[in-house]
Amino acid sequence: MTAEPILLLDRITKRFGAITANEDVTVSLAQGEVLALLGENGAGKTTLMNILFGHYVPDSGSVRVAGRALRLGVPRDAIDAGVGMVHQHFTLAPNLTVLENVMTGTERLSAWRSGAAAARSRLAKLAERFGLVVDPDARVSDLSVGQQQRVEILKALYNNARILILDEPTAVLTRGEAERLFDTLRGMAGQGLSIIFISHKLHEVMAGADRVIVLRGGRVSAERRTADTNQAELAELMVGRRVQRPVRAARPVGEVLIEARAADVPMPGGVPLRAVDFTLRAAEVLGIIGVSGNGQTTLAHLLSGLARPKAGQVSILGRDAAGLDARAMVGLGVGRIPEDRNTEGAVGDFPLWQNAVLERLGDPRFARRGLVRRGAARAFCADVARRFDLRGGGPETQTRRLSGGNMQKLILGRNLADAPRVLIAAQPTRGLDEGAIAAVHAALLAAAEAGTGVVLISEDLDEVIALADRAQAIVGGRLSPPVEADRLDATRLGLMMAGSWEGLADAV
Amino acid sequence: MRFERRERAPAVLVVLAPVVAVVVALILAGGLIALSGAPVFEAYGRIAIGAFGSKLAITETLTRATPLILTGLAAAVAFRAQVWNIGAEGQLYAGALAVAWFGAANPLGLPPGLLIPALMAAGAVAGMILLVVPVALRLRFGVDEVVTTLLGNFIVLLFVSLAVEGFLKDPMAFGWPQSVPIVPEASLPRIVDRSRLHLGLVIAAGLAVAVFFINRVTVFGMQSRAAGLNPAAARFAGVPISGTLIRVACLSGGLAGLAGAVEVLGVKGFVTTDLSPGFGYSGIIVAMLAALNPLGVVAAALFVAAMFVGADGMSRTMGVPSFIADVTVSLSLLTMLVALFFTTYRVRR
Repeated sequence: MTAEPILLLDRITKRFGAITANEDVTVSLAQGEVLALLGENGAGKTTLMNILFGHYVPDSGSVRVAGRALRLGVPRDAIDAGVGMVHQHFTLAPNLTVLENVMTGTERLSAWRSGAAAARSRLAKLAERFGLVVDPDARVSDLSVGQQQRVEILKALYNNARILILDEPTAVLTRGEAERLFDTLRGMAGQGLSIIFISHKLHEVMAGADRVIVLRGGRVSAERRTADTNQAELAELMVGRRVQRPVRAARPVGEVLIEARAADVPMPGGVPLRAVDFTLRAAEVLGIIGVSGNGQTTLAHLLSGLARPKAGQVSILGRDAAGLDARAMVGLGVGRIPEDRNTEGAVGDFPLWQNAVLERLGDPRFARRGLVRRGAARAFCADVARRFDLRGGGPETQTRRLSGGNMQKLILGRNLADAPRVLIAAQPTRGLDEGAIAAVHAALLAAAEAGTGVVLISEDLDEVIALADRAQAIVGGRLSPPVEADRLDATRLGLMMAGSWEGLADAV
Repeated sequence: MRFERRERAPAVLVVLAPVVAVVVALILAGGLIALSGAPVFEAYGRIAIGAFGSKLAITETLTRATPLILTGLAAAVAFRAQVWNIGAEGQLYAGALAVAWFGAANPLGLPPGLLIPALMAAGAVAGMILLVVPVALRLRFGVDEVVTTLLGNFIVLLFVSLAVEGFLKDPMAFGWPQSVPIVPEASLPRIVDRSRLHLGLVIAAGLAVAVFFINRVTVFGMQSRAAGLNPAAARFAGVPISGTLIRVACLSGGLAGLAGAVEVLGVKGFVTTDLSPGFGYSGIIVAMLAALNPLGVVAAALFVAAMFVGADGMSRTMGVPSFIADVTVSLSLLTMLVALFFTTYRVRR
């Protein structure tokens, strides 16, 4: 190791009331190194980075860049010292061009004229040097998510960043984009930049980092060189116990529950479905794999009662989907896990018990003669919490206070509590940490075991391979022919997602 | 210094917030009273006496509070579902005009027991229509109801002006622009002798309790709040968004229309263009002071009414302009917004 680390967070401790977010955390970063900060949600990764950037003042500890101590709680100090941050949620102005976004905040308001020409050539040099090609005159709103991230990185570099912090950089990227990002980061490290990325995904830590620091419960639980460790060990270090994602076992399947034949589903402002065919039987998991933005939302809405087929035939539990709305779906026994749990899944300001029963107000158990049966609703909520290990509050807790994993348990639980005949699970583990993913997978498999037909819409190859009995790829609003579980592997699924469907039909 | 969301708002703070807000508003307004050269404590004493100092004062305050309870409820039920009804003033006038129009004669010879409820229903329906249209425009075309309801107020007031100068003008009023008075049997009964206090107060208080229960225990109460807070989640859960918000509009507009109806049937007996000293707008303040709680609306309406009635008495004896009531009530809205912030957030260094 070189004599002096370029960045040293020394023995940082930060408490919020009774909660200790960071305790005696030390992180050092060498020049030209890629370091991963691995930890579950709530392990203290973001707090630590906020301290580095002066957004929080630590209770004790110091931050040094190239040997010089930063004043704590002064964001400008970190930026001036050459620390750049790429946030998980981008901080770009969508109505401005790439060049304008990069220049924002670098010019004095009192300047006589804009230095756009000089900025343009400097941006071009940076883009070439680090392989971050993007049109400087394109509007940010016209760029893909991956390109927007490149703009964020360029913006940090333009501000003379020597140390780059990326917060969950792959959360919004497709697998291909993520691989390209890590290639870029490697190249940048090779040119002397130092990089920290925050993640809770094991495979990308193994692929992208030289060294990994694992945080658990606010403390550093381990530090490893990626060459000396493996995913299983990291998972255990991160969660504190052995985590085993459950894997499907072969089951006999039952009668047909959902059948779609040449169905067209329009979707204003989204991707419509065109001539899709699929069949769901009892006690099976049908995986729908695809890069997001290929019509998954439309399919989930169709099966949740929010969108209707315009042509073709879709029957759900023997009823024509053209006549089913959300309330009718719930009444039929269709459980629905929405794609976005924060917007569609729950009303954040409601107490838990109200979110537990909001979609069941047509059920006489929870509402009679226009009156909500609060006692029964609270009992149902408490029952869901108990059976699905929901922690972080009781029936009266405000829902927005739950972690993502616990909110997903609430949504899963309210659907599975009554053993639905069909379960539509749209991106059920998106954004969850390893422990919560295992819990969701176990619940889905248990439901299928008990006879529920599960439609699993996912963009995670490993998830589909682990859970699905059959899988179809969704590409541009069309569905591939189904492939049976014993023929599913990452390569074949990857090809299917890319639209190569030849030779699949024989599997039907 | 930074702010952190509280785990949950402590009950003590929720009750204390409006009290502290009002006290701070009174202190700030006290500065203005001092500027006008009057002794502050004596001025406030006079306001208290003017509002509560005699049987007449108390009945006047309660009379003034009656329409404020109704417009306060109108704002509270709408805001709870994020329907931004700024048009209670116009809905109030629409209700008043409908009552004056239909109540000017009693061709069917209905007894008061039928006539009064029928007229109140007419007033409520007039208010409903005035809010359902903007809400339908929002649902159908995305037109901002803040703009349509606010501007609607001026249209309605001008229409009232047209009516009382024209087709509804009372020929016996020596040329004053006021409507033909309602028939005597349509008047709301007085509930205290030798005062203007009428049955409307009981109706308003009863409706506050009713709205409280609607919000708290009915399916409609839960669905309307869901539709307001998170329309995407409500739609996913099968809540009929349009239908729910239209029903909210009916309830809110109806309450505001009823405020106008009750004011005509209980107090004035006819319509003029100065029937309301801003009851519709003050209703927004009442609702905010009550943190949208229907029972709190009754208390907040009493405070606002007492300020206005008391300030009139104070200004007669001390020469401080009665505008001080407007200033104090408006300040209390600002201080309440600050107080609400501190009930949901705590301060960290």
